[in-house]
Amino acid sequence: MSIDTKVQNNILVVNLEGEIDHHTSTVIREEVDKIYNTSRLNHIIFNFEKVTFMDSSGVGLLIGRYRMVTMAGGKIGLVKVKSELDKVMNLSGVYKLMKRFEDESVAISHL
Amino acid sequence: MVSNQMDIKFKSISSNNSFARAVVGAFLAQLDPTVEQIYDIKMAVSEAVTNAIIHGYNENEDNWVELICRYEQDETGSDVVIEVIDTGCGIENLDQARCEMFSSTAERAGLGFTVMEAVVDKVDIMSKLGEGTRVALHTRLTA
Repeated sequence: MSIDTKVQNNILVVNLEGEIDHHTSTVIREEVDKIYNTSRLNHIIFNFEKVTFMDSSGVGLLIGRYRMVTMAGGKIGLVKVKSELDKVMNLSGVYKLMKRFEDESVAISHL
Repeated sequence: MVSNQMDIKFKSISSNNSFARAVVGAFLAQLDPTVEQIYDIKMAVSEAVTNAIIHGYNENEDNWVELICRYEQDETGSDVVIEVIDTGCGIENLDQARCEMFSSTAERAGLGFTVMEAVVDKVDIMSKLGEGTRVALHTRLTA
């Protein structure tokens, strides 16, 4: 798993690559929370284009970040979620809490 | 009828989860499964191994997780059984553990058993308080 982040205005964009499980979601969470909180940001966009696997630990990660940004009045956007990830996303009802977008620019304009 | 089996043990270290998924995927590659079939099986294995490590052993890394995978192949497909076994604390209330959104830990979705039941045909759980938990994932692979 590798994680690449950038900050655009008040949005943290997180590009994820590889497999998301309990082990890697811990690493992602620490990195994301550190940047989000020290830079006093508003929204987070997660780009799943290069994610090859995700179990329910990834859902836990997303729901945890949802709680964090909601307290700051922000939103979470999901970008390029592949069909194989849909099963775990749908089981968790995560799409009721955060929207998915075609690409990063669409997500940025809607958050 | 062709039957085959593997049995390995690894330390209860969370980074070993990707190893467990890869091992099962490599072993079952002999059955020529579809990409989706393998993805589903890896999801179930991942949830079971995560449960063993974080709930069975409370993330104490000095324990063993056993992973057994066997199959029986006939003319129309293969019956696959994967077992994930820990000798950790056991589950106090199985009905509650199977319940959607039940989690004893923050930052967890509480979806482990829900995901397992969604991606394989049958999930059997045997657990004894103080002795451990054995999760058996049953699925039939057809071409």
